[in-house]
Formats: sequence, structure tokens, C-alpha cells
Amino acid sequence: MVDFGGWDMPVAYGSQIEEHQAVRRSAGVFDVSHMCIVDVTGARARDLLSRLLANDIGRLTTLGKALYTCMLNDSGGVIDDLIVYRMEGGDYRLVVNAGTRDKDMAWIGAHAASLDVSLLERRDLAMLAIQGPQARERTASLLSYDGSRTVLALETFFAARLGEWFVARTGYTGEDGFEVMLPASEAGSFWQRLNGAGVRCCGLGARDTLRLEAGMNLYGNDMDEQTHPLESGLGWTVAFEPSARDFIGRAALEAIRIRGSDNKLVGLVLEERTVLRSHQKVKVPGVGDGEVTSGTFSPTLGRSIGLARVPSATQATVEVEVRGRFLPARVVRPPFVRHGKVLVQ
Amino acid sequence: MSNIPTDLKYARTHEWLRTLSDGNVEVGISDHAQAALGDLVFVQLPDVGRAVAAGDACAVVESVKAASDLYAPVAGHVVAINEALSKEPELINQDPYGRGWVMRLKPDGATAGLLSAADYQKVADESEG
Repeated sequence: MVDFGGWDMPVAYGSQIEEHQAVRRSAGVFDVSHMCIVDVTGARARDLLSRLLANDIGRLTTLGKALYTCMLNDSGGVIDDLIVYRMEGGDYRLVVNAGTRDKDMAWIGAHAASLDVSLLERRDLAMLAIQGPQARERTASLLSYDGSRTVLALETFFAARLGEWFVARTGYTGEDGFEVMLPASEAGSFWQRLNGAGVRCCGLGARDTLRLEAGMNLYGNDMDEQTHPLESGLGWTVAFEPSARDFIGRAALEAIRIRGSDNKLVGLVLEERTVLRSHQKVKVPGVGDGEVTSGTFSPTLGRSIGLARVPSATQATVEVEVRGRFLPARVVRPPFVRHGKVLVQ
Repeated sequence: MSNIPTDLKYARTHEWLRTLSDGNVEVGISDHAQAALGDLVFVQLPDVGRAVAAGDACAVVESVKAASDLYAPVAGHVVAINEALSKEPELINQDPYGRGWVMRLKPDGATAGLLSAADYQKVADESEG
């Protein structure tokens, strides 16, 4: 067990690699109840989120639609990354990181006050992520007939309410699946029923190797308040259109966009039989230096992969300092793996 | 609880040592150490013939979580390495005192200063906190 943002969480229930493979090949379940769920309500909830989020809340035109976005500070640094869902009656639900909960609540709260928007942290809810090619069917098999039909009909990045439950077709593994928010009192029995349906228990370790293979950023590793989305592989999440939407961080990002970002986030594949780790130094001969932001062993590729922030002029190869030696690594475009398939050479 | 066989000797740095019938010693990492490292993914083995002093780093065992040096528990020469670990590092997780052995040494002298199973148990308990 490790301490993770104040929560005691298992790195693995058994073999981390077997848990990883279960998600790539069949189905696994993660207890992600540490994630902070916040309901945003009030007539001006949309105005608040239009100002706070770098992606455009206006894209959530239908009930249940989800959007991945960064929340920025005035200089364009990333306060957090989060998913926002459109709820009934013009309300929204945010899912933010556990480690950033306090500052997120303070930041959002400070901007909400003048708009008469209410924030309700849903500590009464637990959250289970069921992921893998079999995840949707095995989860649906445990629901009522109507519930099963509803969730199996969900498109990617949509969610539906089932009574007190909220089921989203989202995840952090590069596989299909659901994230289920449900009353905490019901989470234990649902977890056991999932196990009974052949869904394997998975810990934080597998969650990290799966998200990294999927090329998904981890807040605090791959971006933070000192880095902006355009140097973090997250430019696609910033909505500069419509141009009249004045979100926090916009002016700073536009200035960076005009002069060009100094750095970029790239994927690395290491040929040597060792493992990339965050904070290892990257040398780009003739160009400059960078740093590994996340590194791990990829069970699917059978070698080490990572994300690194490097000068924008970096080309096809770099050198990474691993335990005192500089080893060659190939620069690739993430994701490394999606839906069980290797996407890099 | 980890398995600590009583017929082996141990180092504080979590290596085990078995004296073989030919006088050589076999070295690996303890069950406690493999459990703490988690799934092993790479093992760097020393060259056969290499001379090592007690305490020399002579192999690296790397898991998804971390890389860790394996130190020679005694001085001597490397006479054999477990080549199977190059393809199947998980043997250390599955059978740390058997098929997961790392190297064999021809010791230069006595194997002094090593811990009994009971003493190593205390070391393991302390590192578990």
C-alpha cells in the first residue's frame, strides 16, 4: 500500500504486469474513489466553466457528454487536468485529481462566488473504473435489463445516470470501458460482483503503465503549474475558437503560440534493457537538454517507454542518462498502444 | 510474510547465499526483496570470470518500480550466471531461492559477517516498517 494524496492505495493486488495484461486482453477494475467529484450547479455554471476551462464547455451540447480539459492559471500553467460532464438542467460534474483537490476547490470556489454558482464535492460517491475489451459487457451483465441497455448504447465520452449511479464510457487505459460513480456504500459489493464476473482487481501500478502506453499525461509528472499545455502534448485540448471566449490563460497561450513554444512533449522508446524513469536527463546533441517526465516498462512492447519534455527542434533520436550512462532513445508520437495494438515502431 | 529459509545465509542488502557441495556459493535476492521490488523486467548479469570484492555491485535487478543493485556478499570470482534470467526475469519473483538464482561465486575466503535466517528476519521486519 502507498499513500496517494492522503489515500491508502495498493500498487498491485498481485502481479502488476498480469493486472496490466488483464486490461489489455479482457477486463480489470480499478478503485479510483480518490478522484474528486464536484457537482457545479447554478444558472451561471456554464459561464463559470467557460472562463475556467481551456477547452470549450460550449462543446457539451448534449446531456451526458464528456470533455477532457485543462484548468489554467493566468500565465497558462496547468492547475489541473479534469473531465467535465454535462448534467441535467444546465448543471455540470467535474472529476479532478486527488492530489490537487484542495487548490482546485479553492481556485474554482474563488471564481464561483461572484457568479452565485454552487460547488458540491460528492464525497458520498465512490468511483470504479472497469477497463478492457470485455469491460463493457461484463459490467452491463451485472446491471438491470434497462440499465444494461442504456450503458451499452453509450458512445465514447458519454455518460448516463442510472438512479443514483452515473456510468461514463471514459477511462485512463487506452482500452474501452466504463467509469462508474456510485454510492460509496454500494461500491464494495459491486467490486465483488465484478470479480465474480471475471473482472480482475488492478492497482495503481498497472494504472500507470496502462496510461503511459496509451500516451495519457499524469498531472504532476507530465504537466504542472510551471508548464503549459502547448509544451505538454495537450494543445489539442485548448479551444482557441470561438475567439471571443476569454478563458483564464488564453492571453498567455496566444503569446506562446505566436512566438512558438520552446519545448514539446514527445514519446520515447528505449532499445537498451533498462527502464526510463521520471526526471532522467535527456540530451539532444546540437539542440539542447530535456527531461523524462514519465517512464516505465511497457508490458505490451516488452521494453521501456516514456514521455519527455525536449526542445521543439528535437528530431528522431535523443540520449537519456540512465544510471550514469547515456543511452539512445527513439522519439515517437504517442500513443504507444491503443485497444491492445502497438502503434509505434 | 516473506519466506526466509533457515538453511541459507543472508546479507543486510537482501541477498541470500547458499554454499554448494563443490565449495562455491550461489547468490540470489530474498523473497522479501523481490516482493518489495515487484515484477522484475530486466536483469543485468556480471561477466563470468569477474573478480569481485565483498560489497561490490555486480548485477542489477530492475522492476517496473525501481532498479536495484545486487552486491556480492563475499569476495571471489564469478563462475556461473543464470542466463535464463535474461529471458525470464520473473523467475526471481516466482522462485527467488531456486530457479531465480542470479550467480555463483568461487569464494576467496571464509563467508564471515553474514546473517542467519533469524537475524535477517529482523532486517526484513525493519524495512517493512
